[in-house]
Amino acid sequence: MSSTKVAGGFSFENHVRNVALQNKGMALPRATKTGTTIAGIIFKDGVVLGADTRATEGPIVADKNCEKIHYLAPNMYCCGAGTAADTEFTTSMICSDLELHRLATGRDSRVVTALTMLKQYLFKYQGHIGAALVLGGYDHSGPQLFTIYPHGSTDKLPYVTMGSGSLAAMAVFEAKWQRDMERQDAIELVREAIESGIFNDLGSGSNVDICVLEKDKVDMLRNYARPNERGQKEQNYRFQRGTTDVLSTSVRNLVIVEEGDQMDTS
Amino acid sequence: MNRQDQLLDGFYRRDTYSPRVQDMYPRDQPSAFAGVDPVAHTQSPIVTGTSVIALKFQGGVMMAADTLASYGSLARFRDVERLHKLTDTAVLGSTGDVSDYQHVQHMMERLMIREDYHNDGHKLAPPHLFEYLRNVMYHRRSKNDPLWNRFVLAGHHNNTSFLGYVDLQGTTYQSDTIATGFGAHLAQPLLRKAVESRGGPQNVTEEDAIKIIEDCMRVLFYRDARSLNKFQRATIATDRLEITEPYSVDTEWAFAESIRGYGV
Amino acid sequence: MADGISAPIEHRYSPYTDNGGTILAIAGEDFCVIAGDTRQSEGYSINTRYAPKVFKMSNNSVLANSGFHADGVTLAKQLDQRIQESTGEWYRHAHEKDMSTPAFAQLLATTLYGKRFFPYYTFSIVGGLDKEGKGCVYGYDPVGSFERYTCRAAGSAQNLIQPFLDSQVGITAVNRAEQLSLVSVIRIVKDAFTSATERDIYTGDFIEMFIITQEGVETQLHPLKRD
Repeated sequence: MSSTKVAGGFSFENHVRNVALQNKGMALPRATKTGTTIAGIIFKDGVVLGADTRATEGPIVADKNCEKIHYLAPNMYCCGAGTAADTEFTTSMICSDLELHRLATGRDSRVVTALTMLKQYLFKYQGHIGAALVLGGYDHSGPQLFTIYPHGSTDKLPYVTMGSGSLAAMAVFEAKWQRDMERQDAIELVREAIESGIFNDLGSGSNVDICVLEKDKVDMLRNYARPNERGQKEQNYRFQRGTTDVLSTSVRNLVIVEEGDQMDTS
Repeated sequence: MNRQDQLLDGFYRRDTYSPRVQDMYPRDQPSAFAGVDPVAHTQSPIVTGTSVIALKFQGGVMMAADTLASYGSLARFRDVERLHKLTDTAVLGSTGDVSDYQHVQHMMERLMIREDYHNDGHKLAPPHLFEYLRNVMYHRRSKNDPLWNRFVLAGHHNNTSFLGYVDLQGTTYQSDTIATGFGAHLAQPLLRKAVESRGGPQNVTEEDAIKIIEDCMRVLFYRDARSLNKFQRATIATDRLEITEPYSVDTEWAFAESIRGYGV
Repeated sequence: MADGISAPIEHRYSPYTDNGGTILAIAGEDFCVIAGDTRQSEGYSINTRYAPKVFKMSNNSVLANSGFHADGVTLAKQLDQRIQESTGEWYRHAHEKDMSTPAFAQLLATTLYGKRFFPYYTFSIVGGLDKEGKGCVYGYDPVGSFERYTCRAAGSAQNLIQPFLDSQVGITAVNRAEQLSLVSVIRIVKDAFTSATERDIYTGDFIEMFIITQEGVETQLHPLKRD
């Protein structure tokens, strides 16, 4: 198959072959999904983002303390749910584009700029890039909060949730969210929403990460709550020295290859 | 794929269990039942009710369900009661097909009449009714002709509270809090938090329980597109079984006024 | 909610579902420990944090079921009817003694195979004492193939736990010439479940443990993580 040089983007080289193999019953490799609870709210002076830290591969926990709140710009962070690779690569690419844009224009990034870049990128791929995002930031027009779905649609709301634990978290917001909350109250509400996902949704678990974005200030509170510490094991399972019998021992010096005495490779 | 393969399909989807399972019914070989289609009973729900939620509290059980019966996405009947008084100590709530639910009501009524014939003063207690219902539901699923419901049975008998769930597959469980359908995702987290934060149902007063139930029904009305802000609430406590007339909770939509657009 | 990753709504009816959970049993010299977690789940939701899946069937036999909970309950009830003095009059009345664990193990196999073409979707383990008073464990597939083991795990974390048990108490165990004491077996069971809870999303909430000795059956309940 010819490999023409392209400027960038995805390689579709073996797409036709893979579809044919798939139709014959080949299973494609499974991507790590972050069965997730992510959430965000607007409070009096800014935005609070929150995320759990469990990453899953089917029924198995792949990472017990992963980071789902991604950096986009000094005044902007983005929570990702869905296919782990898609959320990571999409946010890091938009992060680069925003940096270049700042260098070119000499101005701070606006949240709607990131929003437009993300939604147009995801729309282009028609949902095949499985990234469900909660975008939060603070710019000249104040605190801003958006959700972006894998197909490229967006929402602008004062409180949002995403991921498999989105309903558990949204229930907490629907019951307790208020306009113009104090900073600490807002943090605690997001923590409660994320913990609701952690304890009721099997796709979510472990710890709570929080990120607070305010005017000219960002607080990344990694592992703000750790409600799932592992208990002490009952006993030690390290193998004792001598568990494996030594039948014989042989020690050799390394062979030094001299110059001009190299292996004949002709 | 023939019927038998379909039945066992769910059986193979799990890959976390022993590989020996895969060998029991090889898919690539013709089935022993090829050509013989079993009677296709399995229908699908037509007119349906949404969530039922329930919790235990100090000295009783409380349960609620709205009065909407949907026909697909059509809000077809707005005054269907989905809480049914079975005995003086037990109430049955239903999610899912309304006609199947009415059939079960009829069946349970017949059971109670047969019991009354004995005239020995013995009443069926909530655990008895639950066991009967479980057997009916499991039997129908085994005939591949399920009753398309998720039932919640709440009762309080001899100072003991009972709260149990049984569904169209015969799956059962008992718990301090139960929520079916959409409520399992939205209301159950709130119910669990409310009961656990008070240290268990024995520390939840009846006033608390009413507030918890109403808060959950409000959230369900906000987020469940098949719900209605008109619901009944049943309380089963010592010497008292009461089902309220349908009523509403107040809702808050002020924040919506300030939302402009969806982005740029 | 259209978040792009939540599970699709069930449209086609299946008579089976998977309620997750893990069970295990270890046979000791003169005792047997059999345990299960108590979480019952469906999809990504927890139905309840406490639904027993290990059942005391007599004074010397304990049955554990994972897989489809409704089938597990039905199976336990059917077996109970045949062997228990309390509800049935069958074995107990005919023989005036409890059924032995090996006999019960065979009864379970026959019962499972009886539904060969509409199987009980259960992965069962039986624990108890054999006629010599030694601990015994039997493991099954859903249609009744069974075998005696020294240790056995089944259910959603089977693949995580079985290798651990093999390394600590099974035939491949190193450094284990001496027989394990009851105390150390209980430690191993607890560690197996706490570790499985870390990595299997369907395992958690509580361990319910049954300890079978000549004196009878003792139960213990220990908390697990709830996330």
